Amino acid sequence: MAISGASGAGKSLFLRMVADLDPNEGEAWLDGQPRAAMRAPEWRARVIYCAAESGWWDPGVGAHFPLGHRVAAAALAGRLGLTADLLTTEVARLSSGERQRLALIRALVRRPAALLLDEPTGALDPASVARVEAVLTERLAAGLVLVLATHDPGQPARLGARQLVMRAGRLGPA
Amino acid sequence: MNPILLTPRDLAVSALLLVLDAALSVALRLGLHRQLGVAAARMVIQLLVVGVILRRVFDAASPALTLLLVIVMATIAAREVAARPEQRLGRFGNLAVAGSAVAGAACLTVVFALTTAIRPMPWYDPRYAVPLAGIILGNVLNAASLALDALLGSVVRERAAVEARLALGASFGTAMARLARQAIRRGMLPMINQMSAAGLVTLPGIMTGQILAGLEPMEAVKYQILLMFLLAGGGALASVVAVLLAVRLLTDPRQRLRLDRLRPG
Repeated sequence: MAISGASGAGKSLFLRMVADLDPNEGEAWLDGQPRAAMRAPEWRARVIYCAAESGWWDPGVGAHFPLGHRVAAAALAGRLGLTADLLTTEVARLSSGERQRLALIRALVRRPAALLLDEPTGALDPASVARVEAVLTERLAAGLVLVLATHDPGQPARLGARQLVMRAGRLGPA
Repeated sequence: MNPILLTPRDLAVSALLLVLDAALSVALRLGLHRQLGVAAARMVIQLLVVGVILRRVFDAASPALTLLLVIVMATIAAREVAARPEQRLGRFGNLAVAGSAVAGAACLTVVFALTTAIRPMPWYDPRYAVPLAGIILGNVLNAASLALDALLGSVVRERAAVEARLALGASFGTAMARLARQAIRRGMLPMINQMSAAGLVTLPGIMTGQILAGLEPMEAVKYQILLMFLLAGGGALASVVAVLLAVRLLTDPRQRLRLDRLRPG
């Protein structure tokens, strides 16, 4: 599912509410299981939200990837056009496009059931956008639930996603 | 050795230095003479009032009166801690955090010292309890306000980092651990500096006072060492309590980061 809409319409807030990062009313289900029945961290581990501006809690990139995820992370990095040494450098040296892709990898290696992506390709060049979309398409085929907010008019169709528009905090058909 | 008792004349003579300061301010156009006069007058009046109160409380030797005085001191300290951070927890959150941290840490440390190391008879003798509470409250205030300010400041700056961890499924405790640790360190650092510099850079105030008041230097040193330990213990305790309570107030049952509860102070 892809959500488009003007900046400030409430796309990010909606994704954050689904991830239960902001106070909200309403319910969300995953495989028929209500969110309220799960502990919040458990829900967020299965329904991972990737912010448009990724946050990094350690100066080193490596600290953001647990040991068990490093092999998978290196493989994904290669597919997204990133060199493997980026996984051991400092966060401050990364470009915004590198950060954005590494944040996506950080989420993908955790094998979530659903991904909430906030403008996942906003900082990327066309070649990198195609690489990211190829990986996402593959995951979608494997059963990943994807909700993304995007300003890229062609992206929903390329990912085969249902299109919705957010207008002043209300989600409606395109 | 008996202390040399000061007469009002002695104090008047030393006040000449202040007159010199004022003259300098006028001559160099520092514009400070008025402030200087007001500050000096305030200092004299405040200390005289404290002296009178202390004499009354010491003479009364009543546990209730001692307790009341300590509670008043602790309340003032808690208000200071609550007022200092740039960011504040709404709905009296800062006051609750500061009050618990200051009162808890100071009470525990003072009672511990009075019942184990100093042991006056009775243990709540105001001559010991009140000055001890005063100096420990002062330090605890410093530690707690530094720690709280560090935590609330960093959580606003590092919001994206904390939420990135939350979004990946970390518990709130894990997501905040780094910031909490840094804040507790910030609260404890001044004490560590104070201990390592003691005697080398400055003669600690209490020791200086006791030596001037006629106490044998080794005895004054022993008192100072005891006090340093108490201050270190109280400060650490206050930092930890302040940070842990503030962390709790920054989240909700769904383990979100609730920065909406903060407002600029």
